[in-house]
Amino acid sequence: MFSVTSVVDWPEIVMKLQGRKIYQGTAAAEALVTSMGISFFGGVDPDTGLVVEPGHELAGQSISGKVLVFPTGKGSTVGSYTLYRLKLNGRAPAAIINAECETITAVGCIIAEIPCVDQIPIEQLVTGQLLIVDGAQGTVEVRA
Amino acid sequence: MKLTTEQQRMLDGGYGRATQKAMEILVALGTIYGAAQMVSVASVQVSGVSYDNLGEAGLHWLSAMADGGGRTRVLTTLNPAGMDIENWRALGISEEFAQNQLRVIDAFARMNVITSCTCTPYLAGNAPHFGQHLAWAESSAVCYANSVIGARTNREGGPSALAAALTGVTPEYGLHLEARRRPAITFDVEAALDETSDFGALGVVIGQRLERFKDKPVPYLRGIERASVEQLKSFCASVATYGGAALFHMAGVTPEADRYAPPDDTIVITQADLDHAQQSLTSAASDAADFVSLGCPHLSIGEIARIAELLDGRRVTKEFWITTARATKQIADQMGYTRIIEAAGAKFAADTCCVVAPIKGRFKALVTDSAKACYYAAGKNKFKTVIKPFDEVVLSAVK
Repeated sequence: MFSVTSVVDWPEIVMKLQGRKIYQGTAAAEALVTSMGISFFGGVDPDTGLVVEPGHELAGQSISGKVLVFPTGKGSTVGSYTLYRLKLNGRAPAAIINAECETITAVGCIIAEIPCVDQIPIEQLVTGQLLIVDGAQGTVEVRA
Repeated sequence: MKLTTEQQRMLDGGYGRATQKAMEILVALGTIYGAAQMVSVASVQVSGVSYDNLGEAGLHWLSAMADGGGRTRVLTTLNPAGMDIENWRALGISEEFAQNQLRVIDAFARMNVITSCTCTPYLAGNAPHFGQHLAWAESSAVCYANSVIGARTNREGGPSALAAALTGVTPEYGLHLEARRRPAITFDVEAALDETSDFGALGVVIGQRLERFKDKPVPYLRGIERASVEQLKSFCASVATYGGAALFHMAGVTPEADRYAPPDDTIVITQADLDHAQQSLTSAASDAADFVSLGCPHLSIGEIARIAELLDGRRVTKEFWITTARATKQIADQMGYTRIIEAAGAKFAADTCCVVAPIKGRFKALVTDSAKACYYAAGKNKFKTVIKPFDEVVLSAVK
Protein backbone atom coordinates (compact mmCIF):
# COMPACT_ATOMS: atom_id res chain seq x y z
CA MET A 1 0.00 0.00 0.00
CA PHE A 2 1.11 3.59 -0.65
CA SER A 3 2.20 5.70 2.28
CA VAL A 4 0.34 8.92 3.07
CA THR A 5 3.24 11.09 1.89
CA SER A 6 3.26 9.48 -1.51
CA VAL A 7 -0.42 10.37 -1.97
CA VAL A 8 0.52 14.06 -1.79
CA ASP A 9 2.70 13.52 -4.84
CA TRP A 10 -0.13 11.93 -6.81
CA PRO A 11 -1.83 13.68 -9.72
CA GLU A 12 -4.65 16.05 -8.89
CA ILE A 13 -8.18 14.86 -8.37
CA VAL A 14 -9.84 13.99 -11.66
CA MET A 15 -13.17 12.98 -10.18
CA LYS A 16 -14.69 12.53 -6.74
CA LEU A 17 -17.51 10.02 -6.32
CA GLN A 18 -19.85 9.94 -3.34
CA GLY A 19 -21.14 6.53 -2.27
CA ARG A 20 -22.18 4.86 0.95
CA LYS A 21 -20.06 3.74 3.90
CA ILE A 22 -19.91 -0.01 4.42
CA TYR A 23 -16.71 -0.14 6.47
CA GLN A 24 -14.38 2.61 7.62
CA GLY A 25 -10.70 3.10 6.87
CA THR A 26 -8.75 4.79 4.13
CA ALA A 27 -6.70 3.35 1.32
CA ALA A 28 -4.79 4.72 -1.64
CA ALA A 29 -3.97 2.21 -4.34
CA GLU A 30 -4.39 1.16 -7.93
CA ALA A 31 -7.84 0.10 -9.13
CA LEU A 32 -8.52 -3.44 -10.33
CA VAL A 33 -11.92 -3.30 -12.02
CA THR A 34 -14.23 -6.07 -13.19
CA SER A 35 -17.81 -6.00 -14.44
CA MET A 36 -18.30 -9.55 -13.08
CA GLY A 37 -19.40 -10.59 -9.60
CA ILE A 38 -16.83 -12.16 -7.29
CA SER A 39 -17.20 -15.30 -5.19
CA PHE A 40 -14.42 -15.12 -2.62
CA PHE A 41 -14.97 -18.69 -1.42
CA GLY A 42 -13.62 -20.88 -4.19
CA GLY A 43 -13.10 -17.91 -6.52
CA VAL A 44 -10.01 -16.37 -4.88
CA ASP A 45 -7.00 -18.28 -3.53
CA PRO A 46 -6.67 -17.14 0.11
CA ASP A 47 -2.95 -17.90 0.18
CA THR A 48 -1.92 -16.04 -2.97
CA GLY A 49 -4.68 -13.49 -3.56
CA LEU A 50 -5.06 -14.71 -7.16
CA VAL A 51 -8.48 -14.97 -8.78
CA VAL A 52 -8.92 -18.65 -9.61
CA GLU A 53 -12.53 -18.83 -10.79
CA PRO A 54 -12.46 -20.41 -14.27
CA GLY A 55 -13.80 -18.05 -16.91
CA HIS A 56 -13.62 -14.96 -14.68
CA GLU A 57 -12.23 -11.90 -16.47
CA LEU A 58 -9.77 -11.39 -13.59
CA ALA A 59 -8.64 -15.04 -13.60
CA GLY A 60 -4.92 -15.28 -12.85
CA GLN A 61 -4.71 -11.67 -11.54
CA SER A 62 -3.87 -10.72 -7.96
CA ILE A 63 -6.32 -8.67 -5.89
CA SER A 64 -3.67 -8.11 -3.18
CA GLY A 65 -3.05 -4.46 -2.34
CA LYS A 66 -5.47 -3.25 -5.02
CA VAL A 67 -8.68 -1.28 -4.73
CA LEU A 68 -10.90 -4.10 -5.95
CA VAL A 69 -13.91 -2.80 -7.88
CA PHE A 70 -16.78 -5.17 -8.78
CA PRO A 71 -20.58 -4.95 -9.01
CA THR A 72 -21.52 -7.26 -6.13
CA GLY A 73 -20.47 -10.40 -4.26
CA LYS A 74 -21.88 -13.86 -4.89
CA GLY A 75 -21.51 -17.47 -3.74
CA SER A 76 -21.10 -19.09 -0.33
CA THR A 77 -21.29 -17.09 2.90
CA VAL A 78 -18.00 -18.77 3.87
CA GLY A 79 -16.51 -16.15 1.52
CA SER A 80 -16.48 -13.66 4.41
CA TYR A 81 -13.85 -15.83 6.07
CA THR A 82 -11.86 -15.94 2.81
CA LEU A 83 -11.44 -12.15 3.04
CA TYR A 84 -10.33 -12.55 6.66
CA ARG A 85 -7.86 -15.25 5.65
CA LEU A 86 -6.46 -13.04 2.86
CA LYS A 87 -5.92 -10.33 5.48
CA LEU A 88 -4.12 -12.70 7.87
CA ASN A 89 -1.92 -13.78 4.97
CA GLY A 90 -1.13 -10.20 3.94
CA ARG A 91 -2.92 -10.77 0.62
CA ALA A 92 -6.11 -8.74 1.09
CA PRO A 93 -7.21 -5.97 -1.25
CA ALA A 94 -6.45 -2.45 0.06
CA ALA A 95 -10.13 -1.53 -0.28
CA ILE A 96 -13.31 -2.74 -1.96
CA ILE A 97 -15.75 -0.71 -4.06
CA ASN A 98 -19.10 -2.21 -5.10
CA ALA A 99 -22.09 -1.00 -7.05
CA GLU A 100 -24.28 -2.80 -4.50
CA CYS A 101 -22.68 -4.48 -1.50
CA GLU A 102 -24.22 -7.67 -0.04
CA THR A 103 -23.81 -9.67 3.16
CA ILE A 104 -20.77 -11.79 2.23
CA THR A 105 -18.56 -8.89 1.18
CA ALA A 106 -19.82 -6.53 3.91
CA VAL A 107 -19.22 -9.03 6.73
CA GLY A 108 -15.87 -10.02 5.22
CA CYS A 109 -14.70 -6.39 5.06
CA ILE A 110 -15.81 -5.71 8.63
CA ILE A 111 -14.13 -8.75 10.17
CA ALA A 112 -10.99 -8.29 8.04
CA GLU A 113 -11.02 -4.48 8.49
CA ILE A 114 -10.91 -3.65 4.79
CA PRO A 115 -12.32 -0.22 3.85
CA CYS A 116 -15.48 -0.69 1.79
CA VAL A 117 -17.77 1.70 -0.08
CA ASP A 118 -20.79 0.95 -2.28
CA GLN A 119 -23.37 2.76 -4.44
CA ILE A 120 -20.53 4.00 -6.65
CA PRO A 121 -21.05 4.19 -10.46
CA ILE A 122 -18.28 1.65 -11.04
CA GLU A 123 -18.54 1.86 -14.83
CA GLN A 124 -16.68 5.19 -14.45
CA LEU A 125 -13.65 3.42 -12.94
CA VAL A 126 -10.86 1.79 -14.93
CA THR A 127 -8.13 -0.66 -13.99
CA GLY A 128 -4.86 1.11 -13.27
CA GLN A 129 -6.40 4.37 -12.03
CA LEU A 130 -5.03 5.62 -8.72
CA LEU A 131 -7.88 5.73 -6.22
CA ILE A 132 -8.23 7.10 -2.71
CA VAL A 133 -11.03 5.42 -0.79
CA ASP A 134 -12.40 6.89 2.42
CA GLY A 135 -14.66 4.26 3.94
CA ALA A 136 -16.04 6.43 6.72
CA GLN A 137 -17.06 9.20 4.29
CA GLY A 138 -18.13 6.78 1.57
CA THR A 139 -16.02 8.62 -1.00
CA VAL A 140 -13.73 7.61 -3.85
CA GLU A 141 -11.25 10.06 -5.38
CA VAL A 142 -9.85 9.29 -8.82
CA ARG A 143 -6.35 10.70 -9.11
CA ALA A 144 -5.36 9.71 -12.64
CA MET B 1 -30.26 3.69 10.83
CA LYS B 2 -31.78 4.85 14.08
CA LEU B 3 -29.91 3.39 17.08
CA THR B 4 -30.83 3.53 20.75
CA THR B 5 -28.38 5.06 23.20
CA GLU B 6 -27.23 1.61 24.26
CA GLN B 7 -26.84 0.36 20.68
CA GLN B 8 -24.81 3.48 19.85
CA ARG B 9 -22.63 2.82 22.87
CA MET B 10 -22.00 -0.73 21.63
CA LEU B 11 -21.03 0.71 18.24
CA ASP B 12 -18.70 3.22 19.88
CA GLY B 13 -16.86 0.50 21.77
CA GLY B 14 -18.32 1.11 25.23
CA TYR B 15 -18.98 -2.62 25.68
CA GLY B 16 -15.63 -3.83 24.38
CA ARG B 17 -14.08 -4.76 21.07
CA ALA B 18 -16.13 -7.86 20.26
CA THR B 19 -19.49 -6.19 20.91
CA GLN B 20 -18.35 -3.23 18.81
CA LYS B 21 -17.40 -5.51 15.92
CA ALA B 22 -20.75 -7.26 16.25
CA MET B 23 -22.65 -3.97 16.09
CA GLU B 24 -20.57 -2.83 13.10
CA ILE B 25 -21.73 -5.94 11.24
CA LEU B 26 -25.39 -5.38 12.14
CA VAL B 27 -25.35 -1.67 11.25
CA ALA B 28 -23.72 -2.42 7.89
CA LEU B 29 -26.34 -5.07 7.08
CA GLY B 30 -29.13 -2.77 8.25
CA THR B 31 -27.76 -0.03 6.01
CA ILE B 32 -27.46 -2.29 2.97
CA TYR B 33 -30.97 -3.71 3.34
CA GLY B 34 -32.67 -0.49 4.38
CA ALA B 35 -33.60 -1.29 7.99
CA ALA B 36 -34.99 1.67 9.93
CA GLN B 37 -33.97 0.28 13.30
CA MET B 38 -32.82 -2.78 15.26
CA VAL B 39 -35.25 -5.28 16.74
CA SER B 40 -34.62 -7.36 19.89
CA VAL B 41 -34.29 -11.09 19.27
CA ALA B 42 -35.62 -13.86 21.52
CA SER B 43 -32.92 -16.33 20.53
CA VAL B 44 -30.04 -17.01 18.17
CA GLN B 45 -28.82 -20.10 16.32
CA VAL B 46 -25.21 -19.82 15.14
CA SER B 47 -23.80 -21.73 12.16
CA GLY B 48 -20.23 -22.12 10.97
CA VAL B 49 -19.02 -24.63 13.54
CA SER B 50 -17.36 -27.48 11.66
CA TYR B 51 -13.61 -26.93 11.41
CA ASP B 52 -13.94 -28.50 7.96
CA ASN B 53 -15.84 -25.38 6.80
CA LEU B 54 -14.31 -22.71 9.07
CA GLY B 55 -10.64 -23.48 8.65
CA GLU B 56 -7.93 -21.73 10.65
CA ALA B 57 -9.13 -18.25 9.64
CA GLY B 58 -12.62 -18.84 10.97
CA LEU B 59 -11.24 -20.26 14.21
CA HIS B 60 -8.92 -17.26 14.50
CA TRP B 61 -11.83 -14.83 14.20
CA LEU B 62 -14.00 -16.70 16.73
CA SER B 63 -11.09 -16.78 19.18
CA ALA B 64 -10.55 -13.04 18.69
CA MET B 65 -14.24 -12.41 19.44
CA ALA B 66 -14.05 -14.52 22.61
CA ASP B 67 -10.79 -12.82 23.65
CA GLY B 68 -12.36 -9.44 22.89
CA GLY B 69 -14.94 -10.02 25.61
CA GLY B 70 -17.80 -11.22 23.42
CA ARG B 71 -20.57 -12.73 25.57
CA THR B 72 -24.10 -13.68 24.50
CA ARG B 73 -27.01 -11.48 25.61
CA VAL B 74 -29.78 -13.90 24.58
CA LEU B 75 -30.31 -17.65 24.39
CA THR B 76 -27.84 -18.82 21.75
CA THR B 77 -27.46 -22.36 20.47
CA LEU B 78 -25.01 -23.89 18.02
CA ASN B 79 -25.08 -25.77 14.73
CA PRO B 80 -23.50 -29.24 14.32
CA ALA B 81 -19.74 -29.63 14.58
CA GLY B 82 -17.53 -31.74 12.33
CA MET B 83 -17.53 -34.66 14.75
CA ASP B 84 -19.14 -36.32 17.75
CA ILE B 85 -17.49 -34.42 20.60
CA GLU B 86 -17.12 -37.58 22.73
CA ASN B 87 -17.12 -40.44 20.28
CA TRP B 88 -15.03 -39.04 17.40
CA ARG B 89 -12.42 -41.81 17.34
CA ALA B 90 -15.01 -44.48 16.57
CA LEU B 91 -16.14 -42.41 13.58
CA GLY B 92 -12.64 -42.35 12.08
CA ILE B 93 -11.93 -38.65 12.76
CA SER B 94 -8.23 -37.74 12.93
CA GLU B 95 -6.56 -36.53 16.14
CA GLU B 96 -5.52 -33.29 14.43
CA PHE B 97 -9.04 -32.49 13.22
CA ALA B 98 -10.46 -33.30 16.66
CA GLN B 99 -8.09 -30.92 18.42
CA ASN B 100 -8.96 -28.09 16.03
CA GLN B 101 -12.67 -28.81 16.33
CA LEU B 102 -12.43 -28.71 20.12
CA ARG B 103 -10.74 -25.28 19.90
CA VAL B 104 -13.74 -24.03 17.89
CA ILE B 105 -16.18 -25.40 20.47
CA ASP B 106 -14.10 -23.83 23.25
CA ALA B 107 -14.22 -20.39 21.58
CA PHE B 108 -18.02 -20.57 21.39
CA ALA B 109 -18.30 -21.82 24.98
CA ARG B 110 -16.17 -18.90 26.19
CA MET B 111 -18.77 -16.56 24.66
CA ASN B 112 -21.48 -18.45 26.61
CA VAL B 113 -22.95 -19.97 23.45
CA ILE B 114 -24.75 -23.19 24.42
CA THR B 115 -22.76 -25.79 22.51
CA SER B 116 -25.82 -27.85 21.60
CA CYS B 117 -24.30 -28.72 18.21
CA THR B 118 -27.57 -29.42 16.44
CA CYS B 119 -29.40 -28.24 13.33
CA THR B 120 -32.75 -28.83 15.08
CA PRO B 121 -32.54 -26.32 17.96
CA TYR B 122 -36.34 -26.40 18.15
CA LEU B 123 -36.05 -30.02 19.37
CA ALA B 124 -33.26 -29.27 21.86
CA GLY B 125 -34.03 -26.32 24.10
CA ASN B 126 -34.25 -23.40 21.67
CA ALA B 127 -37.98 -23.49 20.99
CA PRO B 128 -39.36 -20.05 20.08
CA HIS B 129 -43.04 -19.24 19.84
CA PHE B 130 -45.26 -17.56 17.27
CA GLY B 131 -44.32 -14.04 16.24
CA GLN B 132 -40.99 -13.81 18.07
CA HIS B 133 -38.07 -12.15 16.31
CA LEU B 134 -34.98 -14.38 16.00
CA ALA B 135 -31.58 -14.30 14.35
CA TRP B 136 -31.03 -17.85 13.19
CA ALA B 137 -28.52 -19.32 10.82
CA GLU B 138 -28.85 -22.92 9.51
CA SER B 139 -31.14 -22.77 6.51
CA SER B 140 -33.36 -25.73 7.50
CA ALA B 141 -33.98 -24.34 10.99
CA VAL B 142 -34.63 -20.85 9.60
CA CYS B 143 -37.29 -22.29 7.29
CA TYR B 144 -38.81 -24.30 10.16
CA ALA B 145 -38.86 -21.33 12.57
CA ASN B 146 -40.48 -18.99 10.05
CA SER B 147 -42.91 -21.42 8.47
CA VAL B 148 -43.88 -24.06 11.03
CA ILE B 149 -43.57 -21.93 14.18
CA GLY B 150 -44.41 -18.52 12.70
CA ALA B 151 -41.43 -16.83 14.34
CA ARG B 152 -39.50 -14.26 12.28
CA THR B 153 -35.92 -14.54 11.15
CA ASN B 154 -33.84 -13.76 8.12
CA ARG B 155 -31.45 -16.38 6.84
CA GLU B 156 -28.35 -15.36 8.79
CA GLY B 157 -24.77 -16.44 8.19
CA GLY B 158 -22.40 -17.48 10.98
CA PRO B 159 -20.91 -14.03 11.73
CA SER B 160 -24.20 -12.09 11.51
CA ALA B 161 -25.93 -14.59 13.83
CA LEU B 162 -23.07 -14.35 16.31
CA ALA B 163 -23.27 -10.55 16.06
CA ALA B 164 -26.95 -10.74 17.05
CA ALA B 165 -26.07 -13.04 19.96
CA LEU B 166 -23.49 -10.60 21.35
CA THR B 167 -25.79 -7.58 21.07
CA GLY B 168 -29.27 -9.10 21.48
CA VAL B 169 -30.56 -7.36 18.36
CA THR B 170 -30.78 -7.70 14.58
CA PRO B 171 -31.63 -5.14 11.88
CA GLU B 172 -35.34 -5.01 11.11
CA TYR B 173 -35.66 -5.89 7.42
CA GLY B 174 -36.71 -8.82 5.25
CA LEU B 175 -38.76 -11.51 6.98
CA HIS B 176 -39.04 -9.46 10.18
CA LEU B 177 -41.53 -7.32 8.25
CA GLU B 178 -45.11 -8.46 7.69
CA ALA B 179 -45.10 -7.32 4.06
CA ARG B 180 -42.19 -9.61 3.17
CA ARG B 181 -43.98 -12.71 4.47
CA ARG B 182 -46.85 -12.47 1.97
CA PRO B 183 -47.03 -15.47 -0.41
CA ALA B 184 -46.76 -14.77 -4.14
CA ILE B 185 -47.14 -18.18 -5.75
CA THR B 186 -49.41 -21.15 -5.10
CA PHE B 187 -48.28 -24.76 -5.39
CA ASP B 188 -51.16 -27.24 -5.70
CA VAL B 189 -49.75 -30.55 -4.50
CA GLU B 190 -51.48 -33.47 -6.21
CA ALA B 191 -49.06 -36.19 -5.14
CA ALA B 192 -49.08 -38.75 -2.34
CA LEU B 193 -46.88 -37.70 0.56
CA ASP B 194 -46.36 -40.44 3.14
CA GLU B 195 -42.66 -40.61 3.93
CA THR B 196 -40.04 -38.09 5.04
CA SER B 197 -38.33 -38.88 1.73
CA ASP B 198 -41.51 -37.83 -0.14
CA PHE B 199 -41.48 -34.47 1.63
CA GLY B 200 -37.79 -34.15 0.77
CA ALA B 201 -38.58 -34.81 -2.90
CA LEU B 202 -41.37 -32.20 -2.73
CA GLY B 203 -38.79 -29.71 -1.45
CA VAL B 204 -36.61 -30.49 -4.47
CA VAL B 205 -39.48 -29.92 -6.92
CA ILE B 206 -40.65 -26.66 -5.33
CA GLY B 207 -37.11 -25.44 -4.62
CA GLN B 208 -36.05 -25.91 -8.23
CA ARG B 209 -39.15 -24.01 -9.42
CA LEU B 210 -38.38 -21.13 -7.03
CA GLU B 211 -34.80 -20.95 -8.33
CA ARG B 212 -36.16 -19.82 -11.71
CA PHE B 213 -37.42 -16.54 -10.25
CA LYS B 214 -35.10 -13.53 -9.90
CA ASP B 215 -36.90 -12.37 -6.75
CA LYS B 216 -37.94 -15.58 -5.09
CA PRO B 217 -41.63 -15.57 -4.17
CA VAL B 218 -42.85 -16.94 -0.82
CA PRO B 219 -44.62 -20.20 -1.72
CA TYR B 220 -48.14 -21.09 -0.60
CA LEU B 221 -48.81 -24.85 -0.60
CA ARG B 222 -52.24 -26.44 -0.92
CA GLY B 223 -53.34 -30.06 -0.89
CA ILE B 224 -51.39 -31.35 2.12
CA GLU B 225 -53.85 -32.20 4.86
CA ARG B 226 -51.40 -33.00 7.63
CA ALA B 227 -47.69 -33.29 8.21
CA SER B 228 -45.63 -34.49 11.18
CA VAL B 229 -42.75 -32.58 12.73
CA GLU B 230 -40.38 -35.05 11.06
CA GLN B 231 -41.98 -34.60 7.64
CA LEU B 232 -41.90 -30.82 8.00
CA LYS B 233 -38.24 -30.75 9.03
CA SER B 234 -37.43 -32.89 6.00
CA PHE B 235 -39.35 -30.53 3.70
CA CYS B 236 -37.78 -27.42 5.28
CA ALA B 237 -34.25 -28.77 4.82
CA SER B 238 -34.93 -29.67 1.21
CA VAL B 239 -36.76 -26.53 0.04
CA ALA B 240 -34.07 -24.39 1.72
CA THR B 241 -31.26 -26.37 0.08
CA TYR B 242 -32.70 -26.58 -3.41
CA GLY B 243 -34.57 -23.27 -3.52
CA GLY B 244 -33.08 -21.01 -0.87
CA ALA B 245 -36.54 -20.73 0.69
CA ALA B 246 -36.66 -19.25 4.19
CA LEU B 247 -40.46 -19.26 4.50
CA PHE B 248 -43.47 -21.09 3.09
CA HIS B 249 -47.10 -21.29 4.04
CA MET B 250 -48.97 -24.61 4.00
CA ALA B 251 -52.77 -24.37 4.14
CA GLY B 252 -54.18 -26.25 7.13
CA VAL B 253 -50.72 -26.90 8.58
CA THR B 254 -48.68 -23.73 9.20
CA PRO B 255 -49.95 -20.90 11.42
CA GLU B 256 -49.79 -17.91 9.05
CA ALA B 257 -51.41 -19.63 6.05
CA ASP B 258 -54.93 -18.51 7.02
CA ARG B 259 -53.90 -14.86 6.86
CA TYR B 260 -53.60 -15.01 3.11
CA ALA B 261 -55.69 -15.97 0.11
CA PRO B 262 -53.85 -18.37 -2.20
CA PRO B 263 -51.98 -16.31 -4.85
CA ASP B 264 -53.48 -16.56 -8.36
CA ASP B 265 -50.21 -17.61 -9.96
CA THR B 266 -50.41 -21.40 -9.55
CA ILE B 267 -48.16 -24.38 -10.27
CA VAL B 268 -49.47 -27.95 -10.00
CA ILE B 269 -47.11 -30.58 -8.54
CA THR B 270 -47.94 -34.07 -9.79
CA GLN B 271 -46.92 -37.57 -8.74
CA ALA B 272 -44.72 -37.66 -11.86
CA ASP B 273 -42.85 -34.55 -10.65
CA LEU B 274 -42.22 -36.22 -7.30
CA ASP B 275 -41.14 -39.52 -8.87
CA HIS B 276 -38.77 -37.66 -11.16
CA ALA B 277 -37.20 -35.85 -8.19
CA GLN B 278 -36.72 -39.15 -6.32
CA GLN B 279 -35.03 -40.63 -9.38
CA SER B 280 -32.75 -37.60 -9.73
CA LEU B 281 -31.55 -38.16 -6.15
CA THR B 282 -30.67 -41.79 -6.82
CA SER B 283 -27.41 -42.27 -8.71
CA ALA B 284 -26.40 -45.74 -7.50
CA ALA B 285 -27.92 -49.17 -6.96
CA SER B 286 -28.86 -49.76 -3.34
CA ASP B 287 -26.57 -52.82 -3.21
CA ALA B 288 -23.57 -50.67 -4.17
CA ALA B 289 -23.99 -48.39 -1.14
CA ASP B 290 -21.36 -48.66 1.60
CA PHE B 291 -22.68 -45.88 3.85
CA VAL B 292 -26.07 -45.48 5.49
CA SER B 293 -27.04 -42.33 7.36
CA LEU B 294 -30.21 -41.02 8.99
CA GLY B 295 -30.50 -37.67 10.70
CA CYS B 296 -30.41 -34.81 8.19
CA PRO B 297 -31.83 -32.75 9.82
CA HIS B 298 -31.03 -34.32 13.21
CA LEU B 299 -33.35 -37.14 14.26
CA SER B 300 -36.20 -36.69 16.72
CA ILE B 301 -36.51 -39.11 19.63
CA GLY B 302 -39.50 -40.67 17.85
CA GLU B 303 -37.36 -41.49 14.83
CA ILE B 304 -34.66 -43.03 17.03
CA ALA B 305 -37.27 -45.18 18.76
CA ARG B 306 -38.33 -46.45 15.34
CA ILE B 307 -34.74 -47.33 14.38
CA ALA B 308 -34.36 -49.29 17.64
CA GLU B 309 -37.56 -51.16 16.90
CA LEU B 310 -36.35 -52.09 13.42
CA LEU B 311 -32.80 -53.03 14.47
CA ASP B 312 -33.69 -55.01 17.60
CA GLY B 313 -31.90 -58.39 17.38
CA ARG B 314 -30.37 -57.69 13.95
CA ARG B 315 -26.86 -56.92 12.70
CA VAL B 316 -25.96 -54.13 10.30
CA THR B 317 -23.51 -54.94 7.53
CA LYS B 318 -22.65 -51.39 6.44
CA GLU B 319 -21.26 -48.28 8.11
CA PHE B 320 -24.46 -46.77 9.57
CA TRP B 321 -24.44 -43.31 11.19
CA ILE B 322 -27.34 -42.04 13.27
CA THR B 323 -26.96 -38.28 13.62
CA THR B 324 -28.81 -36.35 16.28
CA ALA B 325 -28.49 -33.76 19.02
CA ARG B 326 -26.65 -34.95 22.11
CA ALA B 327 -29.69 -33.96 24.17
CA THR B 328 -31.86 -36.29 22.07
CA LYS B 329 -29.30 -39.08 22.29
CA GLN B 330 -29.36 -38.81 26.07
CA ILE B 331 -33.09 -39.59 26.03
CA ALA B 332 -32.29 -42.54 23.75
CA ASP B 333 -29.66 -43.69 26.29
CA GLN B 334 -32.22 -43.48 29.06
CA MET B 335 -34.81 -45.43 27.08
CA GLY B 336 -32.40 -48.22 26.11
CA TYR B 337 -32.62 -47.37 22.36
CA THR B 338 -28.90 -46.62 22.22
CA ARG B 339 -28.02 -50.06 23.59
CA ILE B 340 -30.22 -51.82 21.01
CA ILE B 341 -28.91 -49.73 18.12
CA GLU B 342 -25.25 -50.08 19.10
CA ALA B 343 -25.69 -53.83 19.71
CA ALA B 344 -26.79 -54.06 16.08
CA GLY B 345 -23.54 -52.40 15.04
CA ALA B 346 -24.90 -48.98 14.03
CA LYS B 347 -23.10 -45.90 15.33
CA PHE B 348 -24.41 -42.78 16.97
CA ALA B 349 -22.83 -39.61 15.65
CA ALA B 350 -24.17 -36.96 18.01
CA ASP B 351 -23.19 -33.28 17.60
CA THR B 352 -22.46 -33.77 13.88
CA CYS B 353 -23.92 -34.98 10.60
CA CYS B 354 -22.85 -36.33 7.24
CA VAL B 355 -23.02 -32.83 5.72
CA VAL B 356 -20.39 -31.19 7.95
CA ALA B 357 -18.16 -34.11 9.02
CA PRO B 358 -14.80 -34.36 7.15
CA ILE B 359 -15.69 -37.47 5.14
CA LYS B 360 -15.03 -36.35 1.56
CA GLY B 361 -14.27 -39.36 -0.62
CA ARG B 362 -14.42 -41.80 2.30
CA PHE B 363 -17.42 -43.74 0.96
CA LYS B 364 -18.68 -44.66 -2.48
CA ALA B 365 -22.43 -44.34 -2.07
CA LEU B 366 -24.83 -43.10 0.63
CA VAL B 367 -28.32 -44.40 1.41
CA THR B 368 -30.51 -41.86 3.22
CA ASP B 369 -34.07 -40.57 3.48
CA SER B 370 -32.86 -36.96 3.19
CA ALA B 371 -32.87 -34.90 -0.02
CA LYS B 372 -30.57 -32.35 1.65
CA ALA B 373 -28.07 -35.07 2.57
CA CYS B 374 -28.07 -36.23 -1.08
CA TYR B 375 -27.20 -32.69 -2.23
CA TYR B 376 -24.13 -32.38 -0.03
CA ALA B 377 -23.08 -36.02 -0.40
CA ALA B 378 -22.91 -35.57 -4.16
CA GLY B 379 -21.53 -32.03 -4.27
CA LYS B 380 -19.19 -31.74 -1.30
CA ASN B 381 -18.26 -35.34 -0.50
CA LYS B 382 -18.32 -36.87 -4.01
CA PHE B 383 -20.53 -39.84 -3.07
CA LYS B 384 -23.22 -41.40 -5.18
CA THR B 385 -26.63 -41.33 -3.48
CA VAL B 386 -29.74 -43.44 -2.97
CA ILE B 387 -32.91 -41.94 -1.44
CA LYS B 388 -35.40 -44.31 0.21
CA PRO B 389 -38.21 -44.16 2.76
CA PHE B 390 -37.01 -44.13 6.39
CA ASP B 391 -37.75 -47.78 7.27
CA GLU B 392 -36.20 -49.03 4.03
CA VAL B 393 -33.03 -47.07 4.77
CA VAL B 394 -32.70 -48.87 8.11
CA LEU B 395 -33.41 -52.26 6.52
CA SER B 396 -30.91 -51.62 3.70
CA ALA B 397 -28.19 -51.52 6.38
CA VAL B 398 -28.94 -55.05 7.62
CA LYS B 399 -28.98 -56.74 4.23
